[in-house]
Amino acid sequence: MNLTEFLGASPGASREGPHDRIVLSSRVRLARNVKGLAFPGWAKKPERVKALELIRPQVEGLPQMTGAYSGSMDALTALERQILVERHLISREHAARSVGSGLVLSRDHSLCVMINEEDHLRMQSLRRGLQLKAAWQAVDEVDTQLEERLEYAFSRELGYLTACPTNLGTGIRVSAMLHLPALVLAEQMNQVITAVNKLGLAVRGLYGEGTEALGNVFQVSNQMTLGEGEAEIVERLNKVVAQLIEHEENARATLLEKKPKMVFNHVGRAYGILANAHSISSKEAMNLLSLMRLGIDLDCFPGSQRPLLDELFTATQPAHLQRQHTEKLSADERDLLRADMLRAQLGPVARPVMPPPPATPDAK
Amino acid sequence: MLCDICKQNVAKVHLTQIIEGKTKKVDLCEACSKAKGIDDPKGFALADLLLGLGAAQQMDQAAPQTGVRCPTCGFTHADFKKSGRLGCPDCYQAFAEGLEGVLKSMHKGTRHVGKAPRRLQGPHDLEERIAQLQKRLEKAIAAEDFEMAATVRDELKRIREQASRPDKAATV
Repeated sequence: MNLTEFLGASPGASREGPHDRIVLSSRVRLARNVKGLAFPGWAKKPERVKALELIRPQVEGLPQMTGAYSGSMDALTALERQILVERHLISREHAARSVGSGLVLSRDHSLCVMINEEDHLRMQSLRRGLQLKAAWQAVDEVDTQLEERLEYAFSRELGYLTACPTNLGTGIRVSAMLHLPALVLAEQMNQVITAVNKLGLAVRGLYGEGTEALGNVFQVSNQMTLGEGEAEIVERLNKVVAQLIEHEENARATLLEKKPKMVFNHVGRAYGILANAHSISSKEAMNLLSLMRLGIDLDCFPGSQRPLLDELFTATQPAHLQRQHTEKLSADERDLLRADMLRAQLGPVARPVMPPPPATPDAK
Repeated sequence: MLCDICKQNVAKVHLTQIIEGKTKKVDLCEACSKAKGIDDPKGFALADLLLGLGAAQQMDQAAPQTGVRCPTCGFTHADFKKSGRLGCPDCYQAFAEGLEGVLKSMHKGTRHVGKAPRRLQGPHDLEERIAQLQKRLEKAIAAEDFEMAATVRDELKRIREQASRPDKAATV
């Protein structure tokens, strides 16, 4: 089965999770290397191929990987790699790799192992909503089983040895993807970023390191990996995310109380453009979808489901649009197709109701 | 002063960030600061930059090891300066002297705390981890951080169970 068929056929991760009003997803990744082999960035091509041949069957043999997709990166088309990036299944760095790098992706897409990315193994577990602990436990289990099949590079003093010293020790990166439109509208986001940075945590844009915060989506993750245990890191992040949820909810309440017209103006315009435009860039679409998602959270679209919006977030990305077409589309052509798709999808969604009917404070 | 990234242009953007009481500085030229998104604070964390690129510099200052070469993979200090990545697991030993300071400024500690491959675990390691967690638990309780305390307690329980099954710990 090729990757496109695999992504289409398998059910994929569930679209709902705890706190998914604000937390889009939780992810935990572990970096591991095999003893006696040069790190992928320094290894020559034949060494990388040898390492891939050693590691891949071991990953494929894990019980969690029954029915998984497994392939070498050079077997994937540029489009397929881009689709994986847009779904946050692989890193942009990994997408740029080819011979000697590989990918094993579980049937439900919740576990993904990159082979020969920056480290020999980058295994990650992905969950909807706020489920950092569950994500950690899932990837921890994969790691525990793999350590019996492969001899890891490990030092008692320094822990798991990684290509970059920033990942040394536990090799763990715990991150949550948050939708924070009200904090951005209230112009509080910079303060929040500064505060979170002070705790030794990083705040990044939608596609990780060095990317823009499109669609008011931010990734919060731990920076330090040495000198603190996995459980403590997970708990610390959990706590900060819980606080960010509270800040965002407070910012929403305050905006609604003090500047309701400003909020409804944004939501109404977002709906107007998304449901009626005939050409729209992916950046504009994401920013407007974010505002419309906020409108859904505020009950402006009775009966509308958040999952539809979340799906459009991904479906309007360039590679996902290109997927349905055999000929290569230009950016302008994609803008037309994106608008066509948005009009069709949002056609059945009724105009926003503003102000919305009074809701109970704990309404979801 | 030259830019820390390209080392060619004059640095015009100077940033200072304090994380957990540690001051970190970086000087960049205009082109590199734009490329790194520093004009847009949303997409930027100084630490990324420092941790990724500043490490080699810092290593230089701490202990010039220009002549050192990893005996296993042939990786040199100059290579580390270029990429900010090491060549193989043994590089950590070859460059240990210079790395110590780097790790200190980058991480919470310089000694690994947490999971270890089971085959390398002696009963001693578990005892040490239990002692560490005990301390952590007391600290969390003293700070009335009960969520952290619960997490640490669960972790303690898991490790104690592991410790009481030496047969399992010994299997390879």
